[in-house]
Amino acid sequence: MKFSLEWLKYFLDTEASAAEISAKLNAIGLEVEGVEDPAESLAGFRIAHVLTAAPHPDADKLQVLTVDTGEGDPLQVVCGAPNARAGMKGVLGLPGAVVPANGMQLRKSAIRGVESNGMMCSTRELELGDDHDGIIELPDDAPVGTDFATYHGASPVFDVAITPNRPDCMGVDGIARDLAASGIGTYKPFVQEPVAASFPCPVEIRTDDPEGCPAFYGRVIRGVTNGGSPDWMQQRLIAAGQRPISALVDITNYVMLAFGRPAHAYDLAKLNGAVVARRAKDGEQVLALNEKTYTLDSGMTVIADDSGVHDIAGIMGGEHSGCSESTTDVLLEIAYFDPDRIGATGRKLGLSSDARTRFERGVDPEFLDAGLEILSALILKICGGEASEVVRAGSPPVERKLVDYEPLLVEKLGGVDVDEANQLAILSALGFEALNTQIGPGRKTWQMSCPPRRHDIEGPADLVEEVVRIHGLDNVASVALPRSAGVAKPTATPAQLMERRLRRAAAASGLNEAITWSFISEEEAAAVGGGRWVLENPISEDLKVMRPSLLPGLLSAVRRNMDRGASSVRLFEIGRRYLADGEKLALVGVLAGEKQARSWQGGKAVAFDAYDAKAHCLELLEAAGAPVDKLQVMREAGEFYHPGQSATLRLGPKNVLASFGTIHPTTLKAFDIDVPVVAFGLHLDAIPAKKAGGTFARATYAPPALQSVERDFAFLVDVARPAGELLRAVQGADKVNIVAARIFDDFRGQGVPEGKKSIAVEVTLQPGEKSYTDEEIKAISEKVVGAAAKQGAELRG
Amino acid sequence: MTIESLGSEALERITAAGDAAALEALRVEYLGKQGSVSGLLKTLGKMSPEERQTEGPKIHALRQSVTDALASRKEAIDAAALEQQLASETFDLTLPAPERPRGSVHPVSQVMDELAEIFADLGFAVATGPEVEDDWHNFTALNMPESHPARAMHDTFYFPDRDEEGRRMLLRTHTSPVQIRTMVAEGAPLRIIAPGRVYRSDSDATHTPMFHQVEGLVIDKGIHLGHLKWTLETFLKAFFERDDIVLRLRPSYFPFTEPSVEVDVGWENVGGRRVLGGDGDAPGHGWMELLGSGMVNRRVIEFAGLDPDEWQGFAFGVGVDRLAMLKYGMDDLRAFFDGDIRWLQHYGFSAFDQPTLSAGVGARP
Repeated sequence: MKFSLEWLKYFLDTEASAAEISAKLNAIGLEVEGVEDPAESLAGFRIAHVLTAAPHPDADKLQVLTVDTGEGDPLQVVCGAPNARAGMKGVLGLPGAVVPANGMQLRKSAIRGVESNGMMCSTRELELGDDHDGIIELPDDAPVGTDFATYHGASPVFDVAITPNRPDCMGVDGIARDLAASGIGTYKPFVQEPVAASFPCPVEIRTDDPEGCPAFYGRVIRGVTNGGSPDWMQQRLIAAGQRPISALVDITNYVMLAFGRPAHAYDLAKLNGAVVARRAKDGEQVLALNEKTYTLDSGMTVIADDSGVHDIAGIMGGEHSGCSESTTDVLLEIAYFDPDRIGATGRKLGLSSDARTRFERGVDPEFLDAGLEILSALILKICGGEASEVVRAGSPPVERKLVDYEPLLVEKLGGVDVDEANQLAILSALGFEALNTQIGPGRKTWQMSCPPRRHDIEGPADLVEEVVRIHGLDNVASVALPRSAGVAKPTATPAQLMERRLRRAAAASGLNEAITWSFISEEEAAAVGGGRWVLENPISEDLKVMRPSLLPGLLSAVRRNMDRGASSVRLFEIGRRYLADGEKLALVGVLAGEKQARSWQGGKAVAFDAYDAKAHCLELLEAAGAPVDKLQVMREAGEFYHPGQSATLRLGPKNVLASFGTIHPTTLKAFDIDVPVVAFGLHLDAIPAKKAGGTFARATYAPPALQSVERDFAFLVDVARPAGELLRAVQGADKVNIVAARIFDDFRGQGVPEGKKSIAVEVTLQPGEKSYTDEEIKAISEKVVGAAAKQGAELRG
Repeated sequence: MTIESLGSEALERITAAGDAAALEALRVEYLGKQGSVSGLLKTLGKMSPEERQTEGPKIHALRQSVTDALASRKEAIDAAALEQQLASETFDLTLPAPERPRGSVHPVSQVMDELAEIFADLGFAVATGPEVEDDWHNFTALNMPESHPARAMHDTFYFPDRDEEGRRMLLRTHTSPVQIRTMVAEGAPLRIIAPGRVYRSDSDATHTPMFHQVEGLVIDKGIHLGHLKWTLETFLKAFFERDDIVLRLRPSYFPFTEPSVEVDVGWENVGGRRVLGGDGDAPGHGWMELLGSGMVNRRVIEFAGLDPDEWQGFAFGVGVDRLAMLKYGMDDLRAFFDGDIRWLQHYGFSAFDQPTLSAGVGARP
């Protein structure tokens, strides 16, 4: 909320500067978001006396004025305002001054050929109000030559963010009380003597909903004139960011901002019968002051009369019974509404207001009578009229909460030693009463009685906060956390280690880590089989479904990169998939466009293919500690993959650790991508994690003394037979001697029968104690050929 | 022909031999089975001992000198040939070498690794929890009942679903529910940080509907505000690797802490950029709000099933993306989630920038 220093000083006696007050506000938890000094924005504007006014020779609507600025010769100024005339006093902006409303810097200029040495200003141009019909007219006694800012009483304006727990500081008075407790000044409580009541209240006031509206006080003031509010009030309201409307409206706003106390004034002429706080009927409607119609239900409290609803209780008044210029008699309402009810109603209606903000957080239940008297006195003073007696329906919850408080807790929880007398002084200044205080040595408990305006106080920790924030958080000394002896122990879990290792392995292999949105569009989700979690209130249709796969986000990133002219994109992401059975961590990589750019060595550009995806996939699986040599290559990688160029890697037939392949052309089309893309994905939750705290020692190993032997075999097999199965069979033909087997050729065509392919395998044999004899090698070869034969492979002659 | 003249002729011809073939022909001519020097050697057997005494050394010397000459000439010819071959194999080494793709680690991941490293030294483990949360863990257990005004301030994304216990499902608005889950699962004492994705329905240059937060939680006996202050100071000094980090603590309000403290950090305007360090009240300096924190509210400790008379502690939360931006100089949060390879290569980190305490957890360009 915003308020001027001048207003604050109405409640606080202080010599402190705006900067000092600002620092103190921050220190006690009333965060200053800005301090604006209108004296700065009004620099260069001064009070001037119009000496002469003559028509402009070349323009009908302009006049040429001579203006006395209090020093030197009078200045010639061209002015277009209809009210400019000789003898008046107004505000002149001198060359160099910046007009607050539009930021324009004034300079000496010629207007239609006539020299002008400044500008006579309107209220709106100086951002002091809305009036722009003419220039400001000051009283005759305004001192010519004085800075207008000084004359106007311009005062620095604080913009303070009030946290939701402190509705008591949603008025200038409450802020002054808090500041005074901190020692920066003396609090000046505002006391209003009750106004004279000259007749009984002619309106019946009732609360039929004591739960939603425990207290409803009111009175009538008749014979008022609802003109404009006085300048001092308008200045304070404008400083607070409120637009002055009419005296009656301004007065209720003023009381709300000064005391944090919303109230309402009804035009009595528009009311009919008893005015009652009651539950709304389902479907009942009201046209609110914001000119919108709201449909209410029986969970909401309203103020109504015989003809209908006049007020959404504690949130917004109705248009019908609001005060206007013709209002002569008003009914004042000052009520206490249940904070929860106000919050629920406001949320349901989607309606915010300054009143709701205060009622929802909790106003001071002890401030009904005082508030009503302040309102009444202001109305009588400004609008005239006479006041009725006060009618009180119900009673507000004014019981004081009692909290058992140990002064020792300030040190225990707050980490700062504040002596007991000091604690007591701080709490008293804030309105807390100590019912039994013993001061002196020994552990003790005080019973503290809390002011009912402090809805935030729940227990002793809240009182610690009060003491510490007023005493000053700066006084809390840093204390090192206790630390266990020796070097810090590792804390990462096996899953965390796997993730970290994979991330750096992927980056080391040339992939760039991206982070894409967790939510994607319904279309994108549909491309990977649809999502389980769909937001009820997405921020846009593009960010609506929790991703069931990381692929759509990465494919969209590929498209954006390609649109920006990239020729090669290598991306990966480690993140969660949001499935029906929980959130599963995955690593997905995409390789799009050129694997190798065209080059002087390699000629044409080379595109990625599924084997590139396979290579990344296996490299990362190995980095993750998966048993790569035990994995089976199987189909069913998913519909978004090319059916003939994709596969899954499984540990056993069911447990899919990873998949890879070429992305299906239809999927690419859905993502508007026109280059081939290959991708791979690892399901990190399916990869067996290394055991924590295992041994560091590796299996014993010494490199064999004898050289290994290589033998090549070429087999003819059916084209459809996966080479990997043949390789696996060869590898397993002699587990003692065969240490490696590698396919180095896949040939079809001349010399190979139709429907067959020739697969050449290089087998590495490792002799143990002594070198192989020819017979031994022959025997091993026979085993290899035999194992291959079981796979339908025939040794090529 | 005398041995001497044979010798001088041979040496002359060998020296003149132009290539390996000519040299080989000479070798055969002199030292081959039918060669003239070989022929002389054969005569030795028919000589008388006296003759052999005088002629032998001469013939052997001749053979040796021819052999040496052949070898040395061969070496010269080979060297010349190699030189010629190398001359023909010259590369234009201004041509580019094959390119190897350069990968990168996202700044958010890098910063999370840095945080894990710093806090591990202070005895904190890393904890995680679900992002699709229920409103009990996200709000109620954090002392924000249904009617609490702070709930409305969270701009929450909701799902139409409810869990088995009838709790409304939502996207967690902060990492604080991990506090509850970890306290429930592990009890006390406890030191954790919980980094992760969080969601708010908000979008502009500094707000995205998804962002990253890290939560810190210490639950123990006798933990107070002074420990919180020290921990935050220690963490920020280590993270920014500056000893002149100055904190300004302001009382604030969070439903799940009491007392609550907002933490501002002093910065200096260096060439138009806000660089953390120094007293925010000094000329050319300012304060920026960086962290929310406080002593864990008794009710939260109770909700998590611990005895608040026995255990107390502090919690804090800070934006990971924000930390990354402040440390590494990015200015647009939206770019974090765009996957633009140019941005990733510019702001990303090498795989080998693994944060360590001995090297300093930060990675300089």
